[in-house]
Amino acid sequence: MSIAGHGAATTATVGASARLTRSWLDRRALRSLLLTSATWAAALMAAVPLVSVLYMLVVRGGARLGREVLVELPPAGFELGGGFGNAVMGTIVMVGLAALVAIPLGVLAAVFLAELGPSSSLARVARFATKTLTGFPSVLAGVFAYAAIVLTTGTYSAPAGGLALAVLMLPTVILTAEEAIKAVPRITRDAAFGMGCTRTQVILKVLLPTALPGILTGVMLGIARAAGETAPLLFTALSSSYWLFEGIRPHLMQPTASLAVLIYNFSGMPFDNQIELAWTASLVLVLMVLVINVLSRLVGRRA
Amino acid sequence: MKLAAQRPAVSASISGPPSRLDYAADRVFRLMAQGGTWLVLLLLAAIIWEIGTKAAAAIGRYGAHFLTSTTWDVGRQQFGVLPHIWGTMYSSLLALAIGGFFGIAMAIFLTQDFLPPRLAHVFRIVVELLAAIPSVVYGLWGLFVVVPAMRPLADAAYQHLGWIPFFGTTLSGPGLAPASLVLAIMILPTVAAVSQDALRLVPYRVKEAAYGMGTTRWEAILKVLLPAASTGIFGALVLGFGRALGETMALAMLIGNSNQIALSLFAPANTLAALLALNFPEAGPREVEVLMYAALVLLAITLLVNLLGEAIMRRSARRLAAR
Repeated sequence: MSIAGHGAATTATVGASARLTRSWLDRRALRSLLLTSATWAAALMAAVPLVSVLYMLVVRGGARLGREVLVELPPAGFELGGGFGNAVMGTIVMVGLAALVAIPLGVLAAVFLAELGPSSSLARVARFATKTLTGFPSVLAGVFAYAAIVLTTGTYSAPAGGLALAVLMLPTVILTAEEAIKAVPRITRDAAFGMGCTRTQVILKVLLPTALPGILTGVMLGIARAAGETAPLLFTALSSSYWLFEGIRPHLMQPTASLAVLIYNFSGMPFDNQIELAWTASLVLVLMVLVINVLSRLVGRRA
Repeated sequence: MKLAAQRPAVSASISGPPSRLDYAADRVFRLMAQGGTWLVLLLLAAIIWEIGTKAAAAIGRYGAHFLTSTTWDVGRQQFGVLPHIWGTMYSSLLALAIGGFFGIAMAIFLTQDFLPPRLAHVFRIVVELLAAIPSVVYGLWGLFVVVPAMRPLADAAYQHLGWIPFFGTTLSGPGLAPASLVLAIMILPTVAAVSQDALRLVPYRVKEAAYGMGTTRWEAILKVLLPAASTGIFGALVLGFGRALGETMALAMLIGNSNQIALSLFAPANTLAALLALNFPEAGPREVEVLMYAALVLLAITLLVNLLGEAIMRRSARRLAAR
């Protein structure tokens, strides 16, 4: 900090005349100044899209935000009003299904990678597979769920969407949970072994509780990512204009609406009402994602 | 097991060697953890297997011709993905050029003490928020903000510079340029985050040594820090490229879905990922096989690029650790 803090113009040079300051007009100082301004400009420009997106969401999406859009069904064609209550519910149900698969599996795998066999060949291959899944195009997770579930059951469904999202959530959970478990101090672990704990007791009673904030951070980041995914849902859950539940009985094995797919569908429609709803749905989706992100940060800070 | 039998009953709940039940639980839990790890491996294998076997029929029927043919006609059962491969590569490279530049600039900005810590934190949040916004929202924003804003510029470029192939058409709505711009915004956080890690790996004393030699801040950055972190930054670019190749929604909404190969930045195009997203919902059984083949092509390309990126990152981390 201290060295850089002086900035380019005053960085000391010891010349023949023992001149310890460099003039602002020195060619090298000017060049440095120019590049610094260019970097500032680039950084500010990178912030422009974010500001623009948030502005549009608040202005165009905020106009319709209210209780109505959250409890009503999507409008058809020329209809006015309506909402996307079923899509909010569909997103929550499918992300929930994905979490049910990805979290236990991810944490178990992370326990193995971090504690049980960190340098075994199984761990090395699994770590490699996880890294591969991290860079996996989300649409291919959809293709997998389509081949595995939609073609087998013969219908678009919430579980198919959930499986696709689980594939995308899994690597985030594994990698962050592994890091969190590894970060538990060696002494804590040794103390537990010294008390006569079995490996499993150490893991369940010491490692996982200590690493919990870190694991939760990863879980929430995975959930936030899954909630915003569209491509894998397009042809696994498809979309629907009806409720997922009839009373309290869920109808999971049928096309299921989600916020992300609804935004996509409505964005291409020639009706103003639908376009407005697409913006409002975007606002709701971004708020959901941001709230989860902020929560994950709050939890992570406790670690 | 003998130990367990000798254990005094009073202290059973507080201390003592593990009971038979504890041993059994230990065994079960370990097996579960190992099983979970195997499941992760199996998942990746199942993904490749499912897509591969479902594509097998189409691979047999169309072979390598699929990769070089340019028609996609469901009625006549003719399929080729050359325009999609072209569009995927073209849009991703454009996005990489823009997003890579801004991402690296951002990484330098955030790691080289340009900002007081509090302000740096604000910019870090900006980058993280850029990454958090779902791609479908970017698509919507692109459709209603970027395309209208870019249109007059594009038309002016066409009128005055139309002889350059890159400006050879007008922008009639969705097209390559708005799609690539939005894609650039989406990969910026990846490039910025990984480049920051690379720059932080360069020991502070290297920078101090450069300043001690009397360099200006930018001479130190350009001649010492960037070369030292170059492998990592290159890895960041490759990973960003991989992300761009697989990105779907923003492109499906903005690129125009036209199966043509054009140099013009304003012409509509198509990408592999967009092809999958848009055609799967209404595909008949024959077309599904073909789409599975296209998915396999996308899988192969992204896998290759990501593996390359990971390998470069590992090498850069090793090189810096060895110093």
